[in-house]
Amino acid sequence: MESTKYVIIFILILTGAVAISLTGLREATKSQAATNEDIFNKRAILTAVENYLPGGKKVSELSDQEVLALFDEMKQPVVNMEGEPIEGVKAEDINMAKERKKPEPERRLPVYIYEHDGEKFYILSVRGNGLWDEIWGNIALKSDLNTVAGAAFDHKGETPGLGAEIKDNPAFAKQFQGKKIYDDGEYVSIKVRKGGAKDDTYEVDGISGATVTADGVEEMLYRGIKYYQPYLKDLKQQSLLVQ
Amino acid sequence: MAETAVKEKESVFQFGKKERKLLTDPLNDNNPITVQVLGICSALAVTSLVYPSLVMAIAVVFVCAFSSLFTSLLRNYIPKSVRMIVQLVIIASLVTVVELTLKYLNYPVYKQLSVYIGLIITNCIVMGRLEAFSMANKPWRSFLDGVGNGLGYGVILVAVGVVREIFGKGSLFAGSPIELKIIGPTANYLINTTDSVMFGWYANNNLMVLPASAMFIIGIMIWIQRSYNTKLVDVS
Repeated sequence: MESTKYVIIFILILTGAVAISLTGLREATKSQAATNEDIFNKRAILTAVENYLPGGKKVSELSDQEVLALFDEMKQPVVNMEGEPIEGVKAEDINMAKERKKPEPERRLPVYIYEHDGEKFYILSVRGNGLWDEIWGNIALKSDLNTVAGAAFDHKGETPGLGAEIKDNPAFAKQFQGKKIYDDGEYVSIKVRKGGAKDDTYEVDGISGATVTADGVEEMLYRGIKYYQPYLKDLKQQSLLVQ
Repeated sequence: MAETAVKEKESVFQFGKKERKLLTDPLNDNNPITVQVLGICSALAVTSLVYPSLVMAIAVVFVCAFSSLFTSLLRNYIPKSVRMIVQLVIIASLVTVVELTLKYLNYPVYKQLSVYIGLIITNCIVMGRLEAFSMANKPWRSFLDGVGNGLGYGVILVAVGVVREIFGKGSLFAGSPIELKIIGPTANYLINTTDSVMFGWYANNNLMVLPASAMFIIGIMIWIQRSYNTKLVDVS
């Protein structure tokens, strides 16, 4: 049996050596890793407007530089829950997971205003609960602020083949294209209907076997887009004034 | 004296029958998954697509090989009372190296494998080899043993991934630069089920996407392996 002194010295040297070398590696890879994460998140946001990307490309066909350039061109206002713009912060700096932990009146809401062929798209971020863990998504509204141009969802731990289909099956998110969130000026959001959509304008098909996740998506959209209501109202009034 | 010194130098990296056996044994007769039934957790969880399985396999080969090497180099200095903690420190730091490298090189795959990279630390194969082999053998052999066991695990992982991806998604290597679309309902696939006369009935098997299907596939693999390798039948 070794002496206690030897054991302690051995462990100290080993952990010291490991700590120093891992810190070195982390520092060396840090900035590239942060860029990679940034590009990954930005691609996810662009998926909401996949049909309107320059040159008719898909998100996976865009190069990293093109993704970053698109975001540099975008206007990225951040608004509070009353719809008033917050100065000095860009939408891409908002961490939705952190915002969701704040009490509702203090949350900040990111908006990405994407322009393609002279048409404006407003990309809104929403976040909610699925069956096992958080789900989130981005939904793009056309310039009438009513018609959905596209949507994209992601999740932390939904069941593969069932709840995870909200991300894995592109057909699910595709259903949201062309749906509307206002019925005669009244906010209704979009329902995810179990057993198949009954309404062409305000409902999409659910996923069989994933009722809780589908309900989570519905709830997330209803609540998430509702937060943006004051901002969207202001936008509409502004566009009426311009006309 | 000089002669023996030269001989010893040669023997450090020698590759004979015994060394070859260290590499090939875990691929068949002593496969960590199908014979020892270790490392099942990640084998069920990450194998729904081939590409992440392949990345996971490479990661485990790396961790297994180098943790064996380092443990073996230190084996005469490691205090017996804390040897497991020391092994864990070595494994954990190598896993962190894998994690940082993956974040640096391929962030989407890092996202897809998520916690399972971190869980290599708890993979019984790695620690099992350190305890059973590296603590008592020379570095070069330990390294080969680690590579062999990592490969034995990786081969099964990729094989399960191939079956699950073809039948569950109709593709191969999805998410990688060499994605192959094999069978599906759009014109992008090699066999388009919407206008094919022979395969019009075909639909993806949703069970294959779920981790449970890997259990069945590994079970069938064990069955096949034992039916031709009769040595294994009497083992237990």
